[in-house]
Amino acid sequence: MVDLTIDGAPVRVPEGSTILDACTSLGIDTPTLCFLESLTPVNACRVCVVELESSRALVPACARRVEPAMVVTTDSPRVRHSRKMVLEFLASSVDLSTAPDARRYCDRYGADPGRYGAAPETVAQPVKIDNALYVRDYAKCILCYKCVEACGADAQNTFAIAVAGRGFDARISTEYDVPLPDSACVYCGNCIGVCPTGALMFASEHELRRRGEWNEARQTRTDTICSYCGVGCTLTLHVQENAIVKVTSPIENSVTGGHLCVKGRFGFEYVQNRPDDEGAPS
Amino acid sequence: MDLHFTSARASAAERAVIDAALRQVQDDAGGRPRSRRHLALPVLHAVQDNFGWISAGALNYAGERLAVAPADLYGVATFYKLLRTTESPLRIVHVCDDIACLSAGAQQVVAAMEGSGAAWERSPCLGQCDRAPATLVVEAGAQRNPPAAAAPPVIGGSNLRLLRRAGKIDPESLDEYRAHGGYAALRAAFTLGPQRIAGEVDASKLLGRGGAAFPTGRKMAAVAAEPSRPHYLICNADESEPGTFKDRVLLEQDPFAIVEAMTIAAYATGCEYAFIYIRGEYPLAAARVANAIARARAAGLLGDDVMGSGARLEIEVRRGAGAYICGEETALFNSIEGKRGEPRSKPPFPVQSGLFGKPTLVNNVETLANLPLIVLEGGAEFARIGTPGSTGTRLFCLSGAVAKPGLYEVPHGVTLGELIELAGGVPRGRRLQAVLLGGAAGTFVAPDALTMRLTFEDARAARATLGSGVVMLFDETADMVAILRRIAAFFRDESCGQCVPCRIGTVRQAEALRRRDFALVDEIGRAMRDASICGLGQTAANAIESARRNLNVW
Ligand SMILES: Cc1cc2nc3c(=O)[nH]c(=O)nc-3n(C[C@H](O)[C@H](O)[C@H](O)COP(=O)(O)O)c2cc1C
Ligand code: SF4
Ligand code: SF4
Ligand code: SF4
Ligand code: FES
Ligand code: FES
Repeated sequence: MVDLTIDGAPVRVPEGSTILDACTSLGIDTPTLCFLESLTPVNACRVCVVELESSRALVPACARRVEPAMVVTTDSPRVRHSRKMVLEFLASSVDLSTAPDARRYCDRYGADPGRYGAAPETVAQPVKIDNALYVRDYAKCILCYKCVEACGADAQNTFAIAVAGRGFDARISTEYDVPLPDSACVYCGNCIGVCPTGALMFASEHELRRRGEWNEARQTRTDTICSYCGVGCTLTLHVQENAIVKVTSPIENSVTGGHLCVKGRFGFEYVQNRPDDEGAPS
Repeated sequence: MDLHFTSARASAAERAVIDAALRQVQDDAGGRPRSRRHLALPVLHAVQDNFGWISAGALNYAGERLAVAPADLYGVATFYKLLRTTESPLRIVHVCDDIACLSAGAQQVVAAMEGSGAAWERSPCLGQCDRAPATLVVEAGAQRNPPAAAAPPVIGGSNLRLLRRAGKIDPESLDEYRAHGGYAALRAAFTLGPQRIAGEVDASKLLGRGGAAFPTGRKMAAVAAEPSRPHYLICNADESEPGTFKDRVLLEQDPFAIVEAMTIAAYATGCEYAFIYIRGEYPLAAARVANAIARARAAGLLGDDVMGSGARLEIEVRRGAGAYICGEETALFNSIEGKRGEPRSKPPFPVQSGLFGKPTLVNNVETLANLPLIVLEGGAEFARIGTPGSTGTRLFCLSGAVAKPGLYEVPHGVTLGELIELAGGVPRGRRLQAVLLGGAAGTFVAPDALTMRLTFEDARAARATLGSGVVMLFDETADMVAILRRIAAFFRDESCGQCVPCRIGTVRQAEALRRRDFALVDEIGRAMRDASICGLGQTAANAIESARRNLNVW
C-alpha cells in the first residue's frame, strides 16, 4: 500500500494505483476525456491534470502512478486554469454538440470558448459517410486516440485507422485517407463504442439526429446475449419507436469489456425486419 | 499479424529500393536480425530519396515487408515534413524563412523563388543561420547528387578545444584525425576502465549542452548501474532549435571526434550498440559521419573488438526527416523505433526505460565532444575552465545582426558583450535592439544584459537560458513583432499534436498575438507551460513572454 496526501487529506491505495484511482477513492470527481479503464492511457487531453508538489509542471492524474509521500492538489487555481484552458481550446476548435462529458466539464470550469477571436482555426470539415453502418464526423474529434487504441492492440488488432499528420493538422485517418470499405476495417464498431464525442456514430443515430428525431428520453435499453456465436457477448439494445437505433456493450462486462464484433454490433436487422422500416439503417 | 492492404501495388523499382534498403540497414547493423518495425524510417527515406515521394503502392509494400499496418505506417510517414505522400517534383528548394533568415533577406529569396518556376517551399531554421538567408536543395531520384560541401564556417575564439581541428584537417581522413591527437583519448579510456571514466566525468561537472543542462556524469552512472540489458547510447544530433548550428559544424568538420567520443561513452556505460540521430536537413554531416564510422570500423576502432580491448560497439546513423520534436529524447526513441515522433510521458526516465524499453544514455553532440578532453586531462583539470557552476568551454552560435556570424568557443563566464565583440559587434554602426539566447524556446534580452556572464547560473538568475548556445542579434531595424510572430508560427508548425495544451494552445497563441490580445497570450502561455506533456509545449511561450518582459516591442 502507498500513503499519500490529496488536498490535505491522507489516503492509502494499493501500489500501482494512479493518482486518478486515489482521487476516486476519496470521492473527488476528476474530469477525464482520453482515459478509459479498458485502454492504455495516452494522457493526451490533459484535462485531468493535478498539481504535484515535487513536479514543476502539472501531471496527468489518469496515468501518473502514486508514490509514497506524494502531495497532490486537485483544485488549485493552477489546476483550474489549465483545465479551463484545455476545455476552451477544445470547445473553440471542435464541435462538442454530441460530447456530453466535455460540455459538462466546460460548465464546471467556466470555459468561455467565445474569447478566441472572430474566426479561430477549427477542425470543421464535411462528415465522412462512406459505408452503410457508421459515419465519421471528424469535426467533432478531440483526438483522444481512443478509437485508434480500440482498433489496434488494445482490442480489435485490425489497425484500420491511425493518427496521421502532425500538430493541429493531426487527424484520425486510414492510409491515404481511403474510404473505410477499402481499408482494413471489419466494422466491429469498437471505435464507436469508445468515442467520447459522437465523432463516430451509428448511421442510424446519425440519420435520426439529422432529421431532428433522436430522442434519448424516449429510448429504452435492453441487455441481451448475442445469439450469433458461443462467446456469449452481452448486447445493450438501444430502442426508439420500436426500432433498434444503436448497440453497445457494457464496459464492465467481463466477456466483452465493451467490445463486440460486426455481427453483435450491426447484425440486428433480422430481429426487426419490417416492411416500412424507417429508423433502422439501410 | 494478418494485415489488410488496399489494391495499390508497388512498382518493380519501388520494390527493389525497399528490398535493398532493408538489406542495407541490416548489413549496417552488423547483420544482426532484429524486429523490423524500427526500420520504418530508413525504408521510407529510401523510397523518398529514390522517387521523391511515397506512393500508396510503395507504402503497402513497405508495410508488408515491415509487418506494419498501412494506416499505421501512413501515420508515421505523414508525421515528417521531408517525407511526402503526394506525387512531388524530384528537386525541391527549401527556403528558410525562420528568424535569422527573416532579418537577412529571406523575403527576397522567397520572391526570387516565386518568379523562378522552380519547386520550392518554406522551411523552419535549416541550421545554417551563419550563412543566412539559407536554402537547402533536396534532390531525389536515382541520379541525385551527393551532398555538396559549402564554404568553411567562420570559427572564433582563442585556445580552441572542441573546435581545435575544425576546418584545419580533412574531415574524411582517419590518418589526419589520428595525427592531430585523435584516438589518444579512447586508448586512455580503456586504461581507466568504465568506473573511473564515469568518476572523471562526474568530477568534471559537465552539464548537458542539449538545452536541459543535466549533469552528464549522473546520467552515465545511472545507465551503467542498470542491470537490464542491452544498454543503448544515442548521440542526439537532431539540432533543430532555431539559431543552432554548432552540432552541424562539429559533425561536418570533425566527425571522427564524435565517433571516438561515442565509443568512450558507450564503453563507460556498457553499451554495445549506439545510434547517432542526425537531422534530415544535414546530409553532409550524415555522409561524413557515415564515412567516419566505416573507416573506424575498418581500422578496428569499432566492431567486435575495439582497439583490441575486447569491447564491442556498433554505431548506426539514423536520419531524421523534418521534425523538431524528434530532438526531444523520448520522441527520438519513438522515431528510431519506427513510430510517430511523439514524446512519451516521464517517468519512466530514459536511463531506466528508453530506446526499446532499455536503459539508454542520450547526449547532445557537444556534450559528448567534451568526453575525450575529460578522459585525457582528468575531470578536475577540466573543471578549472569556466566557473564552478559552469565548467568547460561552450560553443555559441552567433547569427543575425553581427559582423562575423559563426561558431565561437569561449570559456563559460565570458560576458555576452565580450562574446559579441569577438564576433565583430553589430555592423553598419547600428544600435543593438535585442539578443535571443537559447533559440525559439529561449529568452530575449535587451542590451542591458551585455554585462551578463554566460554561465548556467547567471542565465538562471536573469530568468534567461543558454539553451543550445544560440546568440542571435537584432539591430534597431529589425521588426520584432514579425520575429515574435515567426516564433509563434514555429511552435504551431512543430507541435507533434499529441496533447491539447500544445496542439491547440500554439495555434491560439499565434492567433492571439496577431490580435494583440496580450492578456490572453499570458493565459495561454501559463496553460501550455503547466499542462503540456513535453518541453516543446512547456517552452512555447518563453520567448514571447521574455520579449514582453525585457523588450519594448509593443
Ligand atoms: C522540443 C525539444 C527539442 C529538443 N531538441 C534537441 C536537439 O535537437 N538536440 C539535443 O541534443 N537535445 C535536444 N533536446 C533535449 C533532449 O531532450 C535531451 O535533453 C538532450 O539530448 C540530452 O543531452 P545532454 O544531456 O547532453 O544535453 C530537445 C528537447 C526538447 C523538449
Ligand atoms: S469498426 Fe472496428 S475495425 Fe473498423 S475502424 Fe472501428 S475499430 Fe477499427
Ligand atoms: S474519433 Fe472519437 S475516439 Fe477517435 S480520436 Fe476522435 S474523439 Fe477520440
Ligand atoms: S507538448 Fe507539444 S510536442 Fe510535446 S507532446 Fe504535447 S503536443 Fe507534442
Ligand atoms: S484523461 Fe488524463 S490526460 Fe486525458
Ligand atoms: S538557417 Fe534560417 S534561421 Fe537558421
